[in-house]
Amino acid sequence: MTAFWKANQRKLAPWLFLAPGLLMFAVYVIGPIFESMWISLYDWDGLGEARWIGTANYVELFDDDAFYTSLKNNVIWLVLYMLAVPAGLLIAIFLNQTITGIRIYKSLFFFPFVISQVVVGLMFSWFYAPDFGLFYKLIEVFTGQGIAILAEDRFVTYGIIAAGLWPQIAYVMILYLTGLNNVAPDQVEAARLDGAKGWRMLWYVILPQLRPATFIAVVVTVIGALRSFDLVSIMTDGGPFGSSRVLSFYMYEQALSEYGYRMGYGAAIAVVLFAIMMVFISGFIWKMWRDETER
Amino acid sequence: MFPRPIQQTSPAAQTLYKVAVPVALILWLLPLLGVALTSVRPASDLAQGNYFGWPSSVAFSNYAEVFTKSPIAGYMLNSFKVTIPTVIGAVALSCMTGFALAVYRFRSNLLVFFMFVAGNFVPFQILMVPVRDLTLNLGMYNTWYGLALFHIAFQTGFCTLFMRNFIKALPFELIEAARVEGVSEWRIFWFVVLPLMRPAIAALSVLIFTFIWNDFFWATVLTTSAETQPITAGLSSLNGQWIAQWHLVSAGSILAALPPVLMFFLMQRHFIAGLTLGAVK
Amino acid sequence: MVHKKAGALALGAALLLSTSALAQEKRTLTYNADYDPIPLAAMEALIADFEAANPDIDVVLNNFDHEGYKTAIRNFLTADAPDLANWYAGNRMAPFVNAGQFMDVSDVWEANGLSDSLASAKASMTIDGKQWGIPYTYYQWGIYYNRDAYAAAGVDLPADGMTYDQFVANCEKFAAAGIDCLTTGTKALWPGAGIFDYMSLRTNGYEWHMDLTAGKVEWTDQKVRDVFAQWARIQPFITKNHAAIDWQDAAALLVQGKAANYVMGNFAVGVFKEGGMTNDNLGFMVFPEITPGIPRAEEAPTDTIHIPAGAKNVDDAKKFLAFMASPEAQTKWNAAQGQLPVNKNASVNTEDPFLVAGFQMLSTAEGGIAQFFDRDAPAEMAKAGMEGFQEFMVKPENLDAILERLEKVRQRVYQ
Repeated sequence: MTAFWKANQRKLAPWLFLAPGLLMFAVYVIGPIFESMWISLYDWDGLGEARWIGTANYVELFDDDAFYTSLKNNVIWLVLYMLAVPAGLLIAIFLNQTITGIRIYKSLFFFPFVISQVVVGLMFSWFYAPDFGLFYKLIEVFTGQGIAILAEDRFVTYGIIAAGLWPQIAYVMILYLTGLNNVAPDQVEAARLDGAKGWRMLWYVILPQLRPATFIAVVVTVIGALRSFDLVSIMTDGGPFGSSRVLSFYMYEQALSEYGYRMGYGAAIAVVLFAIMMVFISGFIWKMWRDETER
Repeated sequence: MFPRPIQQTSPAAQTLYKVAVPVALILWLLPLLGVALTSVRPASDLAQGNYFGWPSSVAFSNYAEVFTKSPIAGYMLNSFKVTIPTVIGAVALSCMTGFALAVYRFRSNLLVFFMFVAGNFVPFQILMVPVRDLTLNLGMYNTWYGLALFHIAFQTGFCTLFMRNFIKALPFELIEAARVEGVSEWRIFWFVVLPLMRPAIAALSVLIFTFIWNDFFWATVLTTSAETQPITAGLSSLNGQWIAQWHLVSAGSILAALPPVLMFFLMQRHFIAGLTLGAVK
Repeated sequence: MVHKKAGALALGAALLLSTSALAQEKRTLTYNADYDPIPLAAMEALIADFEAANPDIDVVLNNFDHEGYKTAIRNFLTADAPDLANWYAGNRMAPFVNAGQFMDVSDVWEANGLSDSLASAKASMTIDGKQWGIPYTYYQWGIYYNRDAYAAAGVDLPADGMTYDQFVANCEKFAAAGIDCLTTGTKALWPGAGIFDYMSLRTNGYEWHMDLTAGKVEWTDQKVRDVFAQWARIQPFITKNHAAIDWQDAAALLVQGKAANYVMGNFAVGVFKEGGMTNDNLGFMVFPEITPGIPRAEEAPTDTIHIPAGAKNVDDAKKFLAFMASPEAQTKWNAAQGQLPVNKNASVNTEDPFLVAGFQMLSTAEGGIAQFFDRDAPAEMAKAGMEGFQEFMVKPENLDAILERLEKVRQRVYQ
């Protein structure tokens, strides 16, 4: 036994170290992914017997207006959430100076990210509240007619995205601030002597050096956009009349909310969301894989 | 678009910058400041329509009311009960997985590593129904440990990515030297590598604390009653009861935000190091 | 003795063991409920009465918060069934009955003559010819109004037998005075369903409304359009931002006199009074008549107690149900809560004008008593319907699209 251990220690050790983490991860993450795919082929209310219905959930999904509303909103989320990347960069560049107290300023700018999205959602609900919200009042001053953003199907998704951008910009900002620390000052100086200015300086000299930060910023922003559940749930509960739903929220609504309990249908929505996310995940993994194997 | 260091500019520009930064900060934090102000506004102000003016008096009594008339203290306690074990569990597990993936060369190394990474990005909803069933079947539904157990498992993905990259950057010669001396693998992990991982452990702990404290989705999926719900889910249900009582909603929000904010301020260096590891190499 | 145990099932089980050990030969009866503070106190008092009458029974009450309970019940019924559980009448209990999670308690009805004393609620407790629980309270819906707002707009106070035409005419006057004729807050969707139910009950009658919620009528039917056509007449006078506010916010509008009328349930009276209204300026009226000659039907959601199929102490649970069905228990609980007892032999607090009006209105509703849209219709249909109602109140021009969508849901849900 001990001889065997001595001889194979180096081979076995990694698996022993991996075992607890891998086991937990397999049980709670990897397994459930496949289980969800399986459940999506059933009609099940979570109480009685599940009934095999094949692809019927998916067939229904493709004829479901609420599904398309959610999908459309997800696309809007993805596109607008990307604004966090340039906005975060801008603030990072703005703050990338050394004056007294700048460290405190930087961390205060970062504040929104530390706060729970539930709290962010409540703050913005208050901000948008009809009749007395600051935003409502401002619109009223400028246009004479206040707008209850969260009750207006044309604007509601944008209102929620604005709330989501607040912490996301802070997150991107901190990524870039750290990246900017590592920008070589001599290169910047050299470029300046060569006459590089304005956008050209940013585009050709600074951004290439920030590439790792940009990669992470894009990754976390995409994931953040597709995970947008908390804000929708807190601020509108998908309303008015379902116009601010996104896939992650619609899934929860179908599977677990008061009028839901269609586990199979919910699982089918989750599978679609997973497929969309997988496109991005594969992209990230492919890039990371390349980086890993190149070295 | 890349400004020179402020010290190289004219004194006027320097002054302008020193004014611009705090002004920008106030604008940036306007929603937060508004809520903070509302949280100390007496209810009578709100009733009279004084939403934005200076509060007629500072009503810390709002906080007292939140504590005495709602189970918020219990919610916060529940949050700690979920968060602290999760931090310990996820960090402990990922120290080992990170070590395994960073130090050993074996065939499926990268495959396992990328499985952790990919799993960490998965949408929660694809896990929801099975995880809820599993938790129910284990008899852990609506308990702090049922919630913590899931969080530990899920966070292991991110933590493994983090730890593995960190250990990879450590000097490998140390491990080689120990092996030459015949030190067992476990002792290498425990006595050679682990002490060097302290900064990584600190950074991860702060990060995971914030993530888990702020989790709302799993709290709503796996807990239902006031006795077990963490603060995020609790605040959401209190919001349903405190309709039109924005002074209470605000006070509750500030309370819910306090622990991660304090954590961030106390451990700022670690926090940012954690977030940006991998962003800059 | 009343115990409140942690919601944690495992912890609860441990606690359960310890209490039964303490109580020695006492038999434990576990009861899962979802009471707010006032009704909770009332129930605790009733439990004390029950235990005094049955010294060998120890009732353990596990109180959940109202919203969380709706999720929790699905779990505890299968995982760790109590002996008694709160729920609602009508289609709302159908999923549990059909899944075999509730016990048939027809014998309790028979033994205690409940078919007679609880006659008004029998239909809503019956599925497949059997009764599945005990109704112990209900409350009326109707129009609550602010007399001061009527005075401010120079509108005559609503009189008995007011018609819908008169109501609409009043709305014009309120609009001229800058007051919302009708207010509601549909952020949580269900308040809009109250308006729909009355539009439907008054336009086409109880039988038709029940057929609609039972899925026997197409949503694109002309009679459905008739309902919405009537609704469209007051739509312009409904509070504009109703989709952004909760029902309590709308209640504030009524209290402040910014709105004149509110289609609501009687539980809102407490909120109006907290806001400063009194019996002097808060009024209640029956929803006005739309189609003449239709027997008047009303809306009165019923709350119920059931025995889960997995209950361990069925005998004592049935004893408790019989107790809760009694006129004494129902009088006591409803007096504390300000609601109406279902038992016809129970008495109502005559000091409360709203209870008296409600009791009077419901006991003379020859058309029938509806539960509420989300209890009469199955969950999925209810959700889609309430979203449609909200959309209609914001954008009446979308009616065709809304009805087509609802018809699609109907075809799937009731297949």
